[in-house]
Amino acid sequence: MTGDLAAPARTTRRSFLGYVVAGTTLVAAADLGLGTTAPAAAVPGTPQPAELYDLNDMLTEAAMPTANLIAVTVHEDGTASFALPRMEVGQGITTSTAMLVAEELELPVDRVRVTLADARPELLFNQLTGGSNTTISTYTPIRVAAAVAKGALLEAAAVQLGDTVDQLRAKAGVISAPSGARVTYGELARVAAAQSTRAVRVQLKERESFRVIGVGQPRIDARDAVTGRKKYATDLHVKGALPTMVCRAPTLNGTPKRLRNRRKVLAMPGVRDVAMVDSGVAVRAETFGQCIDAVRAMHVDWEDGPVAGMSDQDVVDELRGAELPLPALTDLLAANPLAEVVDVDVLYYFRSNSAMDTNSAVADVRADRATVWAGLKSPITAQERIAQELGLPVDDVTVHVVQGGGSFGRRLFFDGALEAAQISRAMGKPVKLMWHRADDARVGRGHPMATSKVRAVHAGGQVLAFQQTHTSVETDFRHGLGEIITASAASLPTGLGNLGFSETVFELTQEVPYDFGVISQTLTETDDRFNTGSMRNIYSPDVRVAGELAVDRLAEAMGQDPYDFRRANLRNDRVVAALDAVAKAGAWGRTMPEGTAQGIAIHQEYKGCSACLVEIDARPEQTGREIRDGVGGPRVTKVVFAIDVGLVVNPRGLEAQMQGCINDGIALALTSSMHLRDGHFLEASWDNYFYTRQWNTPPEVEVIVMPSDSGQPGGAGEAGVAATFAAVACAYARAVGQTPAYFPINHRDPLEFTPKPVVPPVPQSPTNGLKLTY
Amino acid sequence: MPRQTFVLNGKPVTVDVHDDVRVLWVLRDLLGVTGPKYGCGINVCKACTSHVNGRAFNPCSVRVGDLEPADEVTTIEGLADTVDADLHPMQQAWLDRDVAQCGYCQPGQIMAAVALVRKVRREGRTITDADLDGIRNICRCGTYTRIREAIAQGERGMERGM
Repeated sequence: MTGDLAAPARTTRRSFLGYVVAGTTLVAAADLGLGTTAPAAAVPGTPQPAELYDLNDMLTEAAMPTANLIAVTVHEDGTASFALPRMEVGQGITTSTAMLVAEELELPVDRVRVTLADARPELLFNQLTGGSNTTISTYTPIRVAAAVAKGALLEAAAVQLGDTVDQLRAKAGVISAPSGARVTYGELARVAAAQSTRAVRVQLKERESFRVIGVGQPRIDARDAVTGRKKYATDLHVKGALPTMVCRAPTLNGTPKRLRNRRKVLAMPGVRDVAMVDSGVAVRAETFGQCIDAVRAMHVDWEDGPVAGMSDQDVVDELRGAELPLPALTDLLAANPLAEVVDVDVLYYFRSNSAMDTNSAVADVRADRATVWAGLKSPITAQERIAQELGLPVDDVTVHVVQGGGSFGRRLFFDGALEAAQISRAMGKPVKLMWHRADDARVGRGHPMATSKVRAVHAGGQVLAFQQTHTSVETDFRHGLGEIITASAASLPTGLGNLGFSETVFELTQEVPYDFGVISQTLTETDDRFNTGSMRNIYSPDVRVAGELAVDRLAEAMGQDPYDFRRANLRNDRVVAALDAVAKAGAWGRTMPEGTAQGIAIHQEYKGCSACLVEIDARPEQTGREIRDGVGGPRVTKVVFAIDVGLVVNPRGLEAQMQGCINDGIALALTSSMHLRDGHFLEASWDNYFYTRQWNTPPEVEVIVMPSDSGQPGGAGEAGVAATFAAVACAYARAVGQTPAYFPINHRDPLEFTPKPVVPPVPQSPTNGLKLTY
Repeated sequence: MPRQTFVLNGKPVTVDVHDDVRVLWVLRDLLGVTGPKYGCGINVCKACTSHVNGRAFNPCSVRVGDLEPADEVTTIEGLADTVDADLHPMQQAWLDRDVAQCGYCQPGQIMAAVALVRKVRREGRTITDADLDGIRNICRCGTYTRIREAIAQGERGMERGM
């Protein structure tokens, strides 16, 4: 299994380099850079660790190799532990990681503990959770670390059992010899420990012998979740860190000038501290309820934010003005006198990526050091930026990564953590900062408003050209690639740095997967004044919706069935297989009553692909449903979704992710958006922002995990949004007989809610709860 | 400072705090009971759903001064004790269906589901699709499909177990 590095450095196809790291118990490690495939993912130009650290440099200094490594530790109680340098926000990576360790280490999954690593700046680009990249990038290195551990255990067992390694068998945490003698991992943990770090070469299990990978596994934190034991940032108990909230400006990103009634606020029950920071006036109190009271009582003079006075239509006008003209295709049309043009033009309003767990963080800033606890997908950037803000060396800022209650792209940024550090410094005390839901909804981040236009040309039953121009309010990538060098590059003045990131991400993620002749897709971004970010699946949902609506229109123009037409023009067999799967399981083409319809769409991304079939009911009895503090609208009554991510680590987790993506796609199409009015978003809570609810969710959902002989896993966390959004859009268009001009389709309806005031910025909690019991 | 007394997960508790502080903050900030989650503070998201005297309520919307000393508040932490088991049948159903993703809303979802089963039982019937459509607890991970499946199982489990 293992061999000394002293052997000639030949790397066979399945041989990987790992380390047994010096320690008191067995620590086995691998270079996290191992798993990074050619930088085709959304990580342009990532230097591989080898370019920064030569292997010889690492070996000459005993401590050095450990710096960039990720390690599996085997403990005397027979468990193994691993600190994952990624963030768990519900996508299931702690579970899939435990499965990878269990598989290679031959240990039951429930004896593998996976925690989240603190910010480790030495990992450079390798502590960013995004782009559905976790499993793609960690699949190999985690298994290598586990294989190294198993090798070291086998070597130690060989000594103990008086046999050779190749005679021994490791299973379920026990190593046994042909003689029947056996020894447990726990008994070997200390003796297998290395006195000095050494490099070893390992081979990984072949796919055919997998017993854990590919078999549905429940989440490792499920029991904590259902018993209330699972801890999020605001559940942490840090000594002295009292509840803290911020009173924010009545216009987006406005700034405070003066608190007029500081003394009165300080005298309120429970209130301990008040401090002004960049984003508003912070209050620290014994309970969050008393923080809410104080925020509501504050009289603050404000400087208007940068979009003061602006409303939805102003942004729409800006986008329309920035749109690149679609190519005239004059030559093509001249050469094909019978050619016809199909145009699709779709507008997408702002949408919120607010999670259930608001932007919250605990911070304890002292004169010479700082500690922060928060849910962070780019903890290294957060650590470096907070150190910069506090004027402390990076080493004196500790950043603990806490599990987050959802992210949807939100936690790539560290708005809450930075703000908590500023407040803690200003007050000179530890704080537990919680954003009110109204803050999170209005001042948090979201998907930028965008337009997507498609012009396609067809003649003689063939598509000759397919041109798409996407124009968007800027998508903020200033979190960089997980550390401050690229974050700074993205933050260069005039927005040019960020534009480079946007264009690169767009280029690397968007494609037209059909044989449609002359194809082009372009991105134009404008206006950097909004709080945006990579909301789940970034550009793909909007780009795909316009594309698939155009595909339906082309099929119609040519007198073809939407499914047959896609099938005939798709370039990739895997996509065709997924499409066939949903068409078959969903009985594509079945007769439907008027006002209801099926829709079908595909998507290709993250080294995988998907297809979605939906049925929608847009008849008045559905759209006219009366729902208190919510919207009904057309009901998606059935979804059949096929996903091909290549090698599947945890099919159960994958199914869950797709079910979540389905509800996101439905929300984007039918109900969820933000209304900008007079410099502020109106939506302040879940009774204003209409994410999919039980009364919107499809009663029938089927997820098909496509079989694959691929040896590599693809990305899963966001992979289902685009095809669902597109299938719902197509179904709705077919049900009502018209291609929608904007999404969500209810955005321009009369508001379904009374906007909450912006002064005070947060609503008071009601008191009638005992009258509403059931 | 007024003294507030009520029964929490089977044990009487007393805490010094003003009458108008909402029960959610008394539980979370003063008593360290963090199963009920904050998601909106205005009785919309239902992440804090717990039980008072066996019925679902949202502690973000009740002044602690409005609780009587004999009022029994049950949070997710105390749910299993109400059936004298390691897990309540609804929690078990949640595990069997692997409902949770990020998990944040799930304590509230489970408490709401248990109360819903009790409510329809009082009405002499079982849960319908319309009852499921009427559940107001939000899950931003979109676990709704599995929640519906788990409630069906949990309802059967409560039938047998209670």
